[in-house]
Amino acid sequence: MAMLARLGLEPGEEDFYADQLSAILAHIDRLREVDTDAIEPTAQVVQVGSRLREDLPEPSLPQERALANAPETKDGFFVVKAIQESEP
Amino acid sequence: MELLEDRLGVIEREEPRIHAFLRLSEELARAQAEEADRRFSSDAQVGPLTGIPVAIKDVLCVEDVETTAGSQILRGFRPPYESTAVARLRAQGAVFLGMTNCDEFAMGSSTENSGYFPTRNPHDPSRVPGGSSGGSAAAVAAGEAVFGLGTDTGGSIRQPAALCGVVGMKPTYGRVSRYGLIAFASSLDQIGPFTRTVDDAALVLQAIAGWDRRDATSVDRPVDMLSSLERGVEGLRLGLPREYFEAEGMEPGVRAAVERAVLTLERAGAELVDVRLPHTDYGLAAYYIIAPAEASSNLARFDGVRYGARAESAGNLLETYLQTRRGGFGPEVRRRIMLGTYALSAGYYDAYYLKAQKVRTLIAQDFERAFESCDAIVSATSPVVAFPIGAKVADPLAMYVCDVLTLGGNLAGLPGVSIPCGTSEGLPVGLQVLAPQWADGMALRVARAYEAASNGS
Repeated sequence: MAMLARLGLEPGEEDFYADQLSAILAHIDRLREVDTDAIEPTAQVVQVGSRLREDLPEPSLPQERALANAPETKDGFFVVKAIQESEP
Repeated sequence: MELLEDRLGVIEREEPRIHAFLRLSEELARAQAEEADRRFSSDAQVGPLTGIPVAIKDVLCVEDVETTAGSQILRGFRPPYESTAVARLRAQGAVFLGMTNCDEFAMGSSTENSGYFPTRNPHDPSRVPGGSSGGSAAAVAAGEAVFGLGTDTGGSIRQPAALCGVVGMKPTYGRVSRYGLIAFASSLDQIGPFTRTVDDAALVLQAIAGWDRRDATSVDRPVDMLSSLERGVEGLRLGLPREYFEAEGMEPGVRAAVERAVLTLERAGAELVDVRLPHTDYGLAAYYIIAPAEASSNLARFDGVRYGARAESAGNLLETYLQTRRGGFGPEVRRRIMLGTYALSAGYYDAYYLKAQKVRTLIAQDFERAFESCDAIVSATSPVVAFPIGAKVADPLAMYVCDVLTLGGNLAGLPGVSIPCGTSEGLPVGLQVLAPQWADGMALRVARAYEAASNGS
């Protein structure tokens, strides 16, 4: 789960979190007691319909403002490390 | 300007004791105070918040002022834009004192999960101020700020307000734009005020509320927080949910203080009615699926690429993600990301996330039914008074239980006010007033009536 969430746990931390999460999930399991067969799920609690507007161009954040917080940029782009390992 | 110098003096005196602020924005505050003075001397555009010093929770983006959500992963982040709630205060001429401490990404009930340091309760510095908006609550309680802004996802305004002895309000979901709020759980988050009085809470909410084209969940409804404020509770029916008075872990002193407050309201003319919220016992479980699930998605964006801190030793992109998130997120945030990732993962979605959303429907229906027989619901805000720093950090579930009386209001999208109602063991107790969706004015009106009756004013 930690890998799926890209959390990068240290090896020693795994048991610590596994124990705590098991205790929390044990509490959460009480949801099974509730009969929800005929119940609709709620994703958004305040009912608002779709609101449409004219599709008009308008000013947006200038590129240098949008990039100003990035750890590394080049030529107006975000820079990241290599996505694939290079051949050994 | 005089008011600002005053508050800066209080900050200088109190801050070493309570640590409410992560960062002060003194230079900005002085410029804003000077501008406010100019407005007053020229009679131009003066509003009730012009020149008034405010403490802003570190999750609300203030343009070009470092905003970190209490997290190391956003250290150094200077937002290139401003949250709508803050922009509306700026337009009114409020004075920004600085960013207040909070639990990292607003996840917690004690402000101990801050990625920087814990904040202390002004009433007893060995105890927590509550959370997650503990810094704003403490700043207002200590007199450092005239008012504060916080956010409430499961009780994060109302609970620290209760523990610090100030007024705190979570508006109806959709009342205040969330644009520029660093998201925790988007279907639950709502921005609201901390103040010393109910009148001030109404004034602040009036200033920040209203539809915003930048938040599709904000709602275009008339905002009138003020006109019914002083109508009192004569003839109103106030619901007492048995489940909330008999909640697990309810301290006898808290219950006694709240029962005294209920009698005060009855003497002021309210009719008391018993109501039932039968799914209360399942609220915590549903909340701790829905909120972490939304958080695991919202926090995926913190990857060391576009903003905030980045681990520099990584050899490839995957290592950048892993090392940045390992170094940047604290334990509670990791717990919730893992919990949410699990609840949303293939094979568990129906059993956890979908199930929790259905229970959410039942909890909202409980409130709808209860409000058929009453105008507002009153209870304790928190089952406990401020607890000692460190008392609950090793047991996440014990910490979560702090929110058991508040998170139902988030799941159902209701407005709720917490107002001080005496003490237990010498520490403040909060009375919670919940009202139907969009009846924010009713919640404020009942709280105002209690305030007036208990002050004899």
